Amino acid sequence: MTTMHSHWQRFTLKQKLSRYSVYIVLLVALIQSIRTVEVIPEFFYDAPEQMADMFTRMWPIDFAFYSVSVHDAMIETLNIATLGTLVTLIFAIPLALMNANNVVASPISHWIARFFLVSSRSVNSLVWALLFVAIFGPGVMAGVLAIAFRSVGFVGKLLAEAIEEINMGPIEALRATGASWASVLLKGYWPQILPAFFSIVLFRWDINVRESAVLGLVGAGGIGVVLNNAMNLFEWQRVAMALLAIFAVVILAEIIVVQIRKKLI
Amino acid sequence: MAGITPSKHHETPFKRNWLVTALWVLVAVYLVYSFQAMGVSWTRFSEGLGHAGQLFERMFPPNFSRWELLLSGLAESLEIAIIASVSGIVLSLFFGLFAARNLMPDWVTVPMRGFIALCRTFHPVIIAILFVKSVGFGALAGILTLVVASIGFIAKLFAEAIEEISLKQVEAIRATGAGFVSLILFSVMPQVFSRFIGFSTYQLDSNLRNSTMVGIVGAGGLGGTLFSAFQRFDYDFVAAILITIIALIMFGEFLSNIVRRIFR
Repeated sequence: MTTMHSHWQRFTLKQKLSRYSVYIVLLVALIQSIRTVEVIPEFFYDAPEQMADMFTRMWPIDFAFYSVSVHDAMIETLNIATLGTLVTLIFAIPLALMNANNVVASPISHWIARFFLVSSRSVNSLVWALLFVAIFGPGVMAGVLAIAFRSVGFVGKLLAEAIEEINMGPIEALRATGASWASVLLKGYWPQILPAFFSIVLFRWDINVRESAVLGLVGAGGIGVVLNNAMNLFEWQRVAMALLAIFAVVILAEIIVVQIRKKLI
Repeated sequence: MAGITPSKHHETPFKRNWLVTALWVLVAVYLVYSFQAMGVSWTRFSEGLGHAGQLFERMFPPNFSRWELLLSGLAESLEIAIIASVSGIVLSLFFGLFAARNLMPDWVTVPMRGFIALCRTFHPVIIAILFVKSVGFGALAGILTLVVASIGFIAKLFAEAIEEISLKQVEAIRATGAGFVSLILFSVMPQVFSRFIGFSTYQLDSNLRNSTMVGIVGAGGLGGTLFSAFQRFDYDFVAAILITIIALIMFGEFLSNIVRRIFR
């Protein structure tokens, strides 16, 4: 660039400096991390061999185990995901309404809603599950609540964005007729966000099916419990069966959601 | 248009959407079924609420007295997130390129896409368990897990971004006689770079969240500290760890916003 006569530059000096500083910070962080992280190199070299060993132990897959306990646990997992998604709506809809600035205009209500939505998203579903297992004891209930609390942030945020994008014409028209607050919500807002609502809920349900499959590792019910028990007993062929079942259900859930969304939009 | 006579057939302006109504009925039936099938009852719930009160009482005030343990867990989480993000993003660059259908032949993209889809199917925790079993407890398992998770997510987005580029610029660079590497560097990358930065910061953010979680199954980081505190019923320490995690994630979101603004 310097040899050219015209001094055309793609970025200003400030842009360049800030970009390079990001690169440098990242590089320093990376070097510092690699120097301080506690990794035993022998384990790393050994990894492919150990992986191969694990997979040979998984073979052949114990298909008989499916009817013994995988099937019931899988149904329970699906129930946790579905019920969790439904319970989420109880919290997510009011929070979304509070967060959308064309429904409630006060900044205080936005802050309150945002606080709940952000803290719901910041805590991982496994951590939520740990908390609820401590409160309600191990079992399905902890799983449902963990899924529900984790999903509130996601559903609430997307729903608020969908509400903010609607056409305000019908709302004004309804208000002009003297419609009550509830009918404005039900007849003005609701029909307009209906497709977005179902698509968000289905999308979250798909994620929740994946998440509920692992909640059992901390005792919150579902297929994770079966997986954990089989793993603790080193019954790798049963582990493989559970993993296969999870894989199949996750793929199936994704296909169902994609198909329904295609019809919806 | 003199006398407008109102029609006798009164039609409601708000038509009932039967599909949606049927759906609500289905939901109601499902709720009844699932509550019975899973033995979730009100008494158990209200009993739990009492426990919740006790739990929160023991959580406050949060106990930061073992801050050294907290800090070392936090440092390990950060290290896992940074190493995994950088290596995951670099690998995803190549994988995304190989999975882009407008640049590569089918025999490269099809297996690549399959591999990326496989990385995405399993939840990070399950991948973490498998890695813990194969490379032992500690940060290495966490790093490998998050690398796999990163590939599953951003390699796919990279490939999609590359598929959307304008091929005119590729042709123009090719016409100058540029080799394959220059072609990628000067015609493909400039078109997708800002989107890549967006995906990468998102992934860094999500790796940061997940790095605090993989420890629960023994893959290093703050999650391990959290899990052992839970098992020792050390709830005031649990509260301290949770506050640290939330602060860390908010800080990460703040940082990625800054980076996104710089590269816009």
